[in-house]
Amino acid sequence: MPTYTDMTRCDGCGECVDICPSDIMHIDPVYRRSYNVEPNFCWECYSCVKYCPQHAIDVRGYADFAPLGHKVRVRREADKGVIAWKIRYRDGREKAFSFPIRTTAWGSIRPPADYAPPGRHELDSPLLAHEPEALKIAALPSLSTRSEKV
Amino acid sequence: MARRPETRFVDCDILVVGGGFGGCGAAYEARYWGRDLNIVLVEKANVERSGAVAQGLSAINCYMGMQWGENQPEDFVRYARGDLLGLVREDLVYDIARHVDATVHKFEEWGLPIIKDEKTGRYQREGKWQILIHGESYKPIVAEAARKSVDAVHNRVMVTHLLQDSKRPNRIAGAVGFNVRDGGFHVFRAKAVIVGAGGGSHIYRPRAVGEGMGRTWYAPWSTASAYGLLIPAGAKMIQMENKIVLARFKDGYGPVGAWFLLLKSYATNAYGEKYEAAHLEKLKARVGKYAESTPVPTCLRNHAMLEEMKAGRGPIYMHTQEVLDSPEKEVIGWEDFLDMTISQAVVWASQNIDPKETPSELITSEPYVMGSHATCSGAWASGPEDIAPGDYQWGYNRMTTVEGLFGAGDTIGGSAHKFSSGSFTEGRLAGKAAVRYVRDLRGETPAIDEGQVNTLRETIYRPLETWRVGRNEMVAGSVSPNYITPLQGLQRLEKLMDEYVGGYSTFYVTSEPLLKRGLELLTLLKEDMAHVGAEDLHQLQRAWELHHRILTAESVTRHTLFRKETRWPGYYYRADHPDLDDAHWHVFTVSRYDAASGEWQLDTLPVHHFVP
Repeated sequence: MPTYTDMTRCDGCGECVDICPSDIMHIDPVYRRSYNVEPNFCWECYSCVKYCPQHAIDVRGYADFAPLGHKVRVRREADKGVIAWKIRYRDGREKAFSFPIRTTAWGSIRPPADYAPPGRHELDSPLLAHEPEALKIAALPSLSTRSEKV
Repeated sequence: MARRPETRFVDCDILVVGGGFGGCGAAYEARYWGRDLNIVLVEKANVERSGAVAQGLSAINCYMGMQWGENQPEDFVRYARGDLLGLVREDLVYDIARHVDATVHKFEEWGLPIIKDEKTGRYQREGKWQILIHGESYKPIVAEAARKSVDAVHNRVMVTHLLQDSKRPNRIAGAVGFNVRDGGFHVFRAKAVIVGAGGGSHIYRPRAVGEGMGRTWYAPWSTASAYGLLIPAGAKMIQMENKIVLARFKDGYGPVGAWFLLLKSYATNAYGEKYEAAHLEKLKARVGKYAESTPVPTCLRNHAMLEEMKAGRGPIYMHTQEVLDSPEKEVIGWEDFLDMTISQAVVWASQNIDPKETPSELITSEPYVMGSHATCSGAWASGPEDIAPGDYQWGYNRMTTVEGLFGAGDTIGGSAHKFSSGSFTEGRLAGKAAVRYVRDLRGETPAIDEGQVNTLRETIYRPLETWRVGRNEMVAGSVSPNYITPLQGLQRLEKLMDEYVGGYSTFYVTSEPLLKRGLELLTLLKEDMAHVGAEDLHQLQRAWELHHRILTAESVTRHTLFRKETRWPGYYYRADHPDLDDAHWHVFTVSRYDAASGEWQLDTLPVHHFVP
């Protein structure tokens, strides 16, 4: 199926519907729970799995080439800035990994309009916002193409 | 959905279409320079997880490291030029390279975990241009910056068409689309439009055609809207024949970069033979000096693998088991997939493959149409004022040949190897240029043509009506004599592109007779698209994605027919012109589609070299 929703865990909140980049997680009108309406347009990106507050969504690898019996489970703890993976092989072997996902607090990015406004003439320079400081070199490099100018 | 969808007008100064890395960069930079401008971002999914980086990434593939003297922009131009066998816009590539470090430094400040070399304190290099990241949340981080930059984000609105100015020909005035949730008809009236939409997966038949068809290497929601929006607007497109084929882990399409570059793994045929060098030697007769480029161009490496596969010496194996000799390396290998291609971990778990013990199969993918990876299809765009030669410059950086229409990422042609950081950087370049453009317009605001908008409104929703009528003529099921579903149309497109325009089933070989037959079948498919039926708004989205893909596919086919040489063996082959022909074809191919007449004009444009 790629992703599928557990009947007993899903409470129909719709987070998966809201996040799916492929627009394939829909709410079933009878059961009021989500399901994957187009498994063949699923990229197994795990966005719905990661964002499901009930941990109700799982992945079963594509039937074309993934034999049954495996699990790749994930718990993304956004506020702690970590993601944890647990992999179970068809033959029962297990592996676990965890990685950081962010070093700053969610919502902490300084919006571009919070910086001092650039001078009017700077709009005509090749410099982008925060340059040259953000380049961490003295000046923006340039190149002469005069020999080839047509 | 109501029978008459509500029309919603959105007025803005700058409209950003597509909230991937290109669009997010455009939004950020446009706000920095245009404090008092109304800036709107429209995205068919949810900007939090949309675009090619929705799943995450394990590396940033474009970073110079100028602060440590690691690389200079000129080095990057030479690399991209070598990889594309000579044909890139050096001004555009240089422009991204000189700015991209600042973009990456900003990402780190925003909270993206970039892995450091403990001894040097520098970013840990995966390869010469690549740095390693813990990038599971790369997109949500960048999306946060974009959301904070704009006046409004319209999620779940699929833009189907760009709008022309009613007063002045060849000038942009906005865009239209529909809300995938409630069906509302959105009319965006804008002074400048920046298209950051995606390149094309599912133009060609994928290797998995059942449930796994969605596991293409490039995201299935990258629906070639970058080109499907620009082509009917009359923008000149270049290098559309330059599709890309990827050598990747089989079926899961897991990336190979970290394995080759960082872990120093290697590939062999089934008999344990390293096959590449011998094929490259033979390639010199076909592509000359380009076979000697360092590193070996991506397409030529594909070619070597294909020769082995054709000779029956597959499976091709990546020898992961030779290099995972420490727990640290095992973690690096797994994170590479879990950050960006989780399916590869699923394949390994399901097939009992432990990379520490067993080698893994590699294969070449179906072709894709893109402007941001090791390829450079896309719009012909004006270059940076201080660098671009005269004929590469007509006003504003990254403006297409349509006035006020800008692009970034997959949209802009001629500038390969942008990847995530370069696409964001190109969005920034376009964002700043669009602010200048709007300033220079002064009071002279474009106006939409109400007649055009009303016609598009009828056109956009027609598939719903086609389905409603057609389905009543049969009992049940999917077989109708009067309409095709978007999936049926897509699979016909993929099959014909695969069989006639150089897909995997012919080992990427095509020729003039095949291409001409392919065009005949494409024409019939285009006619049938007047009879595409959509049972709901979700399928209506699929129908318009298919429209964008078909226009792109036609452009690819015509460009492939036009370039009478085999420039990139391993990406595709013209069997009737099997060699690289620098004497005649060291040029860009360029096309312009006239939506009124349906005619395509093809021509060439010069490739200027100014980086020695």
